[in-house]
Amino acid sequence: MTKSELILRLAERNPHLFHRDVERIVATIFNEVAAALARGDRVELRGFGAFSVKRRSPRVGRNPRTGASVEVSEKLVPYFKTGKELRERLNGKK
Amino acid sequence: MAAKTLTRAELSEAVYQEVGLSRNESADLVETVLKEISDVLAQGEAVKISSFGTFSIRQKGKRVGRNPKTGEEVPILPRRVLVFRASHVMKNRINRSARASG
Repeated sequence: MTKSELILRLAERNPHLFHRDVERIVATIFNEVAAALARGDRVELRGFGAFSVKRRSPRVGRNPRTGASVEVSEKLVPYFKTGKELRERLNGKK
Repeated sequence: MAAKTLTRAELSEAVYQEVGLSRNESADLVETVLKEISDVLAQGEAVKISSFGTFSIRQKGKRVGRNPKTGEEVPILPRRVLVFRASHVMKNRINRSARASG
């Protein structure tokens, strides 16, 4: 399912809403999550999962082709941990 | 970095501010969005949100694990796990703001 398919499904389920409002709802949700992570905050959605940011220390990497060492600077990576309820649903416990 | 935690309440508030529906309906819609995504994932289908990331399902095989406390061997049964891969747009956004704030 893509973002536009998600919007279509929601629009079908909420015929009283304008299509552009459904688009804005979906955009707002994902934008809020991304903005929180960009500020270094966490996002916890019980039953669904939690988004957080992890720090990767600087390290010396290697160009696999030439073998030359390269400095890889510190970076932040987004991380998602699946919530308990969803994890159980994926395995048919619910 | 003062790490705060956002929850459904803040997402609902943002939808309320942005779209102008009632607070109640905004909260219901946040819930519906999460439910739609969960339903699709539970069916084993991936969910791709452009400029945000992709949630996909990976099948894990059976393996032998160990209780770290007792050292006892326990079988870990085959299972499905959810993997999230952030898009480049999101990764860049996170690293850009980190550099900007020093």
